[in-house]
Amino acid sequence: MRKEIRIAGFGGQGVILAGIILGKAASLFDHNDAVQTQSYGPEARGGASKCEVIISDEEIDYPKVKHPDILVAMSHESALKYMLDLKDNGIFIIDPGRVIESEIEDFVKEHNITLYRAPATETAENEIGLKIVANIVMIGAITKITGVISKEAAIKAIEDSVPHGTEKKNIEAFEAGYNLV
Amino acid sequence: MTEELFIQGNEACAEGALRAGCRFFGGYPITPSTEVAEYLARNLPKHGGSFVQMEDEIAAAGSIIGGSWGGSKSMTATSGPGFSLMQENIGYAFITETPIVIVDVQRGSPSTGQPTMAAQGDMMQARWGSHGDYEPIALSPSSVQEYFDFTIRAFNLSEKFRTPVFIMADEIIGHMREKIVIPDKIDITPRVMPDKENFLPFKNSDEVNPMPSFGQGYDIHVTGLTHDERGYPDANNPKTHDILVRRLTNKILDNKDEIISVEKSHCDDADIVLVTYGAPFRSAITAVKDAREEGLKVGYLKINTPWPFPEEEIKEIAKTAEDIIVVEMNLGQMYWEVERVACSQSNTHLIGKIGGELPHPNEILSKIEEIGGK
Repeated sequence: MRKEIRIAGFGGQGVILAGIILGKAASLFDHNDAVQTQSYGPEARGGASKCEVIISDEEIDYPKVKHPDILVAMSHESALKYMLDLKDNGIFIIDPGRVIESEIEDFVKEHNITLYRAPATETAENEIGLKIVANIVMIGAITKITGVISKEAAIKAIEDSVPHGTEKKNIEAFEAGYNLV
Repeated sequence: MTEELFIQGNEACAEGALRAGCRFFGGYPITPSTEVAEYLARNLPKHGGSFVQMEDEIAAAGSIIGGSWGGSKSMTATSGPGFSLMQENIGYAFITETPIVIVDVQRGSPSTGQPTMAAQGDMMQARWGSHGDYEPIALSPSSVQEYFDFTIRAFNLSEKFRTPVFIMADEIIGHMREKIVIPDKIDITPRVMPDKENFLPFKNSDEVNPMPSFGQGYDIHVTGLTHDERGYPDANNPKTHDILVRRLTNKILDNKDEIISVEKSHCDDADIVLVTYGAPFRSAITAVKDAREEGLKVGYLKINTPWPFPEEEIKEIAKTAEDIIVVEMNLGQMYWEVERVACSQSNTHLIGKIGGELPHPNEILSKIEEIGGK
């Protein structure tokens, strides 16, 4: 089972870290194979930024994502830019506070995409009181919706990746995201 | 206890360098190699080592030659534009038999080209970039684990043969993250120093000479001029030059069997064999699996050590394979080496991908289907 995941947003939202945490959870704690790649061009400094993770129970040879099974969009610009690559019948997770749904509706219908709404930014602000943990909230939602990583592995990977002293807030953020959907 | 990390290729390289005993890094940051420098800037001082950011790559190469003669295992990391600037000092390192490790994380080229995109356009520069006759050792990793392992091997080979070693990585392997396993025991080749009395640092011997260090009480002279066994210039003597340069090349060529490393799969019955190295191997292996599912007899030979070139291994493949396809991210560099060795027996083809992206496995599969492989 090879799953290709693309997480997109604008520079500064932490989509790269979100991808690293997914990869770490899958490889170090779920003992699957994982490869993480990201865009390194000028777009990594603002505009639409993306991070890609492949998770598989077999060895991953070709390490790049062409047509993701799962697309996560944390900004409208990145949703429009990257949804065209999404596989038919794929999973599309959006932050509804950031993405204008009317503009993606037709695409979702035409390609039989399953759309999920995870208000990560709003949850981070209102429930955790920290806008910057929106990416971790989103990991919670991704974990619950897709099952590509286990909850236990996700928590261990978050603890292993966030700055020392911020673990508790980040786990709260993860739980809030997990309970969103 | 083995250790497992999920890290970036360039970080794995830097960690490998630390484990191999590297204690000096002199460099000039350049995309896509910068993370090697950043990691070592943070971590070398914690291990009693030194990190110096030099004014440019010419000085960076000079600094690691000095670092090595000062007694520290030394390395630098760069990309094509910096590798070009280092070539003069690389020649100096070869003739002075200075163990150094140079990492080239290749990007789109020529010139400044594509800083954030991958390529394998420096393979011939690694072979012939400096002037004169010399035999380089170069390793090409295809995964983050190999980038770690090959960095350790690069240090070991450079110490064992007292010679520069290149790690020819690329942007894809440099920047992607994968799991690596760090074994609890790693074999390290230590720096061997000669006795203080009656030593000849450049002795005409079949054995590699132990290397003295400055500041340890040795009287030594190091020069890029043709030198005698003591290291003193003897540039007008044809015999001295002949002995010196043949010894430098033969210490590599006579040990090819120990240095060269390839990995083969599905070659025994293969009509078509893919020959690759570095990141494109990841596409090739998928293509071989897909081709086998279609019933096509296809195998691969992965070159871990592009230099010295694995001639015997390619000849062996050419005996049975009707066609050889070289997959690389340039318009044909290692391809011509394969052609040189295999042309009398196999048809050789090139998938030369430029632009910065990996060849897709389907591109390779299409070529396989076009050729036949039944």
